[in-house]
Amino acid sequence: MDFNLTKEQELVRKALAEFTEAEVKPIAADTDRNSEYPKDTIDQLFRYGVMGMCVPKQYGGPGADDVSCAIAVEELSKQCASTGDIVATHNGLCCGPIINFGTEEQKKKYLGMLTTGGKVGAFALTEPDAGSDASKGTTVCEDCGDHWKMNGSKIFITNGYVADVFVVFAMTDKSKGTKGISAFIVESSFPGFSVGRHEVKMGLHGSPTAEIVFEDCIIPKENLLGKLGQGFKIAMNTLDGGRIGIAAQSLGILEGAMEETINFTKARVQFGRPISKFQNTQFVIADMEVARNAARLLTYSAAAAKGEGKRFTKDAAMAKLFASEACMKYTTKAVQLHGGYGYTNDYPVERMMRDAKITELYEGTSEIQRVVISGNVLGK
Amino acid sequence: MKVIVCVKQVPDTSGKVAVKPDGTLDRASMATIINPDDKNAIEAALALKDETGCKTIVVTMGPPPAEGMLREIMAMGVDEAVLVSGREFGGSDTFATSQILAAAINKIGIEDDDIVLCGRQAIDGDTAQVGPQIAEKLGLPQITYAADIKVEGREVTVKRMLEDGYMTIKTQTPCLITAIKELNTPRYMSVGGIFDCYNKPMSVFDFNTLKDDPLIELDTIGLKGSPTNIFASFTPPQKGQGEMLEGADQKTVDVLVDKLLAKHII
Repeated sequence: MDFNLTKEQELVRKALAEFTEAEVKPIAADTDRNSEYPKDTIDQLFRYGVMGMCVPKQYGGPGADDVSCAIAVEELSKQCASTGDIVATHNGLCCGPIINFGTEEQKKKYLGMLTTGGKVGAFALTEPDAGSDASKGTTVCEDCGDHWKMNGSKIFITNGYVADVFVVFAMTDKSKGTKGISAFIVESSFPGFSVGRHEVKMGLHGSPTAEIVFEDCIIPKENLLGKLGQGFKIAMNTLDGGRIGIAAQSLGILEGAMEETINFTKARVQFGRPISKFQNTQFVIADMEVARNAARLLTYSAAAAKGEGKRFTKDAAMAKLFASEACMKYTTKAVQLHGGYGYTNDYPVERMMRDAKITELYEGTSEIQRVVISGNVLGK
Repeated sequence: MKVIVCVKQVPDTSGKVAVKPDGTLDRASMATIINPDDKNAIEAALALKDETGCKTIVVTMGPPPAEGMLREIMAMGVDEAVLVSGREFGGSDTFATSQILAAAINKIGIEDDDIVLCGRQAIDGDTAQVGPQIAEKLGLPQITYAADIKVEGREVTVKRMLEDGYMTIKTQTPCLITAIKELNTPRYMSVGGIFDCYNKPMSVFDFNTLKDDPLIELDTIGLKGSPTNIFASFTPPQKGQGEMLEGADQKTVDVLVDKLLAKHII
C-alpha cells in the first residue's frame, strides 16, 4: 500500500497552491461580498489546464488523474470555495459524463470547447419537485424526427448563468419511470434556452447558481448523451464522481479554516498568553487535524479507486459525507475560536462557515449519502 | 533559434537559514525555490517561444536533487533541461561557476540566432556577476537589467532599467541578457506541463562531459578555482520590537523627543 502522492500529483498541489495564494486569496473576500463570478480566475484556470484537467489528451485536455483533480479543487477551496465549486462542477459534472458516455463526435466537439475553447460547463438535474428524488423530474424531451424539443426548467444549477455547455436530464418516456430519463448536451445558444432566476444563497456567493428554462428548446438529434433511457444511470454515475469533487472542496475549506485558526490563536492574547496555549484551543486543533487527515484519506482513496476503474460509489459517498460534515463542524469551531472577530467579515472564517453548509446539501444531502452507504453495506 | 536560460536553485528566504561549521550555507537542510529573477528569465524565454516557436533549454549547476526544479521549469513550458552536476564543481564561486556554465553552454552549442538569458542576480549571493561573466567567457555581447526585450530577426532591442532612468540598447544575436522582475510576470506550471515534464529530455553534464572545454581545468573550477573566500555566513540578529506612540498632542511629542534624546539620535 502506497500512501505517497506521485511526482505529478505533488507538482499539481504545488502549482495550485502557488496559484491560489497569489491569484485567489487576494480576491476571495471581494468575490464573496460582491457575489461576483471570478471570471479572470476561471480564464486563467483554462489557460493553465485546470478547467477540463480530467479530459484525455486526444480531446484537448492534459489527461490528469482523478487524485490530481481532487487536489486541484482542494487547493483552490482553501481560499475560495466558490472557485473550487466552479472547477469541480465543470470537471466532474460536465466534462465527466461526456468523457464517460459521449460519442467520438461529441467528445471531439464538446471536450474541445470545455478545454482549449474556454467554454464553461454545467450539469442540470434538479427541479423544484425533484431534488433527492431525481426520478420525479417533469422536464420533458420529445423526439421530433430530425431534432429533440425540450420543455421544463431546472433549478440550483451551478455555473447556470455563465455556462455554455449543459448536461441536461429530461423525461423521454414518462411511462418508464427512471428508465424513461435521458441525458442531452445542450448549448446555451440553442433556440428556446434561457436563464431564469439567479439564486441568492447563504454562501458560495462567487459561484453562479441559476434556474435554467427550456421553452420548445431545439436540440440537435446527435446531442443525446448515451443511450435513450440511460439518463438516470448517467446521472447517478456522474454524481458518484462529483461527490469526490465535493469531498475535495469540503477538505479544502476545512484546511483553509484550520490555517486561519492556527494563525489567529497564536496571535490572539487573552489572560496574558496566546489563546493557542489554552488546552481548550489545543484540543480543538487536535480534533481538526484528525478530521483533516481522515477526510483527506477518504477523498484520495475514493479518487484513486475511481481512477483504477473500481466500483467507487460507496467510497465517494463516504468521502463526501465525512468531509462535508467535518467541514461544517470545524468551520463552526473555527468561528468559535475567533470569538467575536469570527462573526465579522474582517476574518475569512465567517465566509468559510457559510460556504461549508452547502457541502452537506448538494450532490446528495448527508442523508442521501447515508442511504447510499447503508445500501451498499446492507444490500437489497 | 533557441533560447538557453541559466537558473539557480536558492534557499527559500521565507524559511530558516542554516549555516555549516565552515561558514558556508547548509543548502541540503533548507527548503529551496527557483531564484526569483531567474523566473523572469524563464518567462522571457517562454514568451519568445510563444512568439516564434523557438526551442528553449534550461541549464542549472547543482546537486542531483536540482532535477526537481528543472522538471518544474519544464512544467512551465521549457522544452529541455541540462543539469550540470559533479563533485569537482562543488564550492564554486561566481568565477568558477561562470567557467562551468559557459562550458556547458558551449557543449549545448551557440548558433548565430541564439539568446542566453539569466536572472540579474541570485537572492543568496546577490552578486549579479555570473550572467556577465558567462557572456565574457563566451565572447557574447551582454545587456544587463532588461525590463523589456524585443527580438526581430537577429536584432535584439533591450530596455535596460537603471536607478535613474532607462537605456535602450540594440545588439545582434547571439547575445546574453539578464532579466529583472520588471521584465514580466512569470507564468505558473500548467497541468499539461506537469504531466509532460517527466517525459521531456534532461541531460546531466558531469566533469567528464565538460573536461575537454578550454575553460575547464581543475584549478579554474570548484573550491580550488574560486578566488573568493567566505569567512563566515550568519543570520543577522533580529532588531528589537519597535515602540508605537499614539496621539497627536504635546505630551506624546514630548515623550518622543525624550526617547530620541536618550538614544542620542537628536
